[in-house]
Amino acid sequence: MFDWRWEFVWQITPRLVEATGRTILAALLGYGIAMVLGLFFALAQRTRFKLVNKPIREFVEFIRSTPLILQIFFVFYVGPQFGVMLSPWPAGMIAIGLHYASYLSEVYRGGIDSVPKGQWEAATSLSLSPTRTYYRVIIPQAIPPAFAGMGNYLVGIFKDTPMLSVIGVAELMHTANSIGSEHYRFLEPYTMVGVIFLLISLPTAAVLRKAEVKIRRKMGLR
Amino acid sequence: MKPTVFHYPAKLEGEDIPLVRFHEVTKRYGDLVVLDSLDLDVAEGEMVAIIGPSGSGKTTVLRMLMALEKINDGIIYVDGEPLTHMSRNGGLVWADEKHLRRQRLNIGMCFQHFNLFPHMTALENCIEAPVQVLGMSKADAIKRAEELLDMVGMLEKAHEHPSRLSGGQQQRVAIARSLAMRPKVMLFDEVTSALDPEVIGEVTTVIRKLVHKHNLTMLMVTHQMGFAKEISDRVCFFYDGKIEEQGPPDQIFGNPKSERTQQFLSAVLEAN
Ligand SMILES: Nc1ncnc2c1ncn2[C@@H]1O[C@H](COP(=O)(O)OP(=O)(O)O)[C@@H](O)[C@H]1O
Ligand SMILES: [Mg+2]
Repeated sequence: MFDWRWEFVWQITPRLVEATGRTILAALLGYGIAMVLGLFFALAQRTRFKLVNKPIREFVEFIRSTPLILQIFFVFYVGPQFGVMLSPWPAGMIAIGLHYASYLSEVYRGGIDSVPKGQWEAATSLSLSPTRTYYRVIIPQAIPPAFAGMGNYLVGIFKDTPMLSVIGVAELMHTANSIGSEHYRFLEPYTMVGVIFLLISLPTAAVLRKAEVKIRRKMGLR
Repeated sequence: MKPTVFHYPAKLEGEDIPLVRFHEVTKRYGDLVVLDSLDLDVAEGEMVAIIGPSGSGKTTVLRMLMALEKINDGIIYVDGEPLTHMSRNGGLVWADEKHLRRQRLNIGMCFQHFNLFPHMTALENCIEAPVQVLGMSKADAIKRAEELLDMVGMLEKAHEHPSRLSGGQQQRVAIARSLAMRPKVMLFDEVTSALDPEVIGEVTTVIRKLVHKHNLTMLMVTHQMGFAKEISDRVCFFYDGKIEEQGPPDQIFGNPKSERTQQFLSAVLEAN
């Protein structure tokens, strides 16, 4: 039978709760970076300048074809050889931010491509500049169709934060590992980590689906 | 690479220059010649109806004048100034994006599928470009937009999003949106083709108003022969990227010279 000890659960709960906060922070920070950088990647891939769009496209392809954990190790351990010495948090945020930016850029691209050609032509016929056209006409319409994909990656980045433990970011997984090795008990901390992830992922996905409907309605889109 | 220098006149001058001039304009998509050395003048205040079979290049004429795409050969002038070209060191070269953007201010276009911005209300659609492009104050832009929405009978729906408007209503807002930029020339590309028969009248009423009250210069591609006959000063029958025949509506509809025009018109009449 399982040797499940409730008093141990209560004992380690405060530490895990604290680590949960750091996990959420890491996910949100990483996602923030990914959202902004991803938009930059998506737009850069659409410029006419080959010197910009080609390298970006290949970089995105490269990131998408290699494991996140490798990218985390690379930024943290190989970075110093190029004079980029980063502590775990910044290194982790850069790695996970870049990784998800590459995925989000594809989501944005899909959203931008879904805006009908007539919208571009209407904007052009009104003499709106390309920047204004993107900012006022295209991107607002590209976000709602991209919303589902963006939501999936928000949950995805959250579930990938444990990978940051390998470079010593003290998020949930890292904390559970420490607790386990301090007390020689892994059942409770790991189980609790699983439950915590479940308790956050499921409602987040549901809230995002509701938010999508609301945003569409608010923008007057069907 | 040295830019090609063209020897067209850098400016059209004189008393009776046309507001729009297509001079030997050719547009190709790959090997397909869509406009074939087209010449077309439109005088100020003139309403020109463009008719012709599908694929004859009617939409393309409007798209070139709106500078949505580049022409391959020839030159277009608007109000005496080159649209497709610009002056450089005493000669003309192909226009750059900046020149095109400035020249587009002279032209307004309404599309078959309206192309309103769906995330903006009718009013917001009408003030976006005046504020962002013309640099109008928001208050002035709203005032002008409200006047125009009133003119097209859409003031009551000013705060509705396009998804809550019928096709005819959306098209009327689209007309107001174009007019808000005070273009010298308005282009209509089959603006009633996507509409249910019972709402076509709302849109043609607005166009009629523009002709009679505002004396706007217009090019209108249409399949409504009756409307073209009633409202236009001149009808151009397009065939294969060229003007096969043109003239006053009475002549084109009453006594067409070209066999192709005759065939087209009788086919259209039969279909109705
Ligand atoms: N972007 C494009 N690429 C290739 N061919 C095109 C394109 N746009 C139009 N065409 C072709 O040009 C011809 C004229 O088109 P269009 O001006 O739209 O005709 P109309 O409006 O008279 O029906 C058609 O044969 C059409 O298939
Ligand atoms: Mg057409």
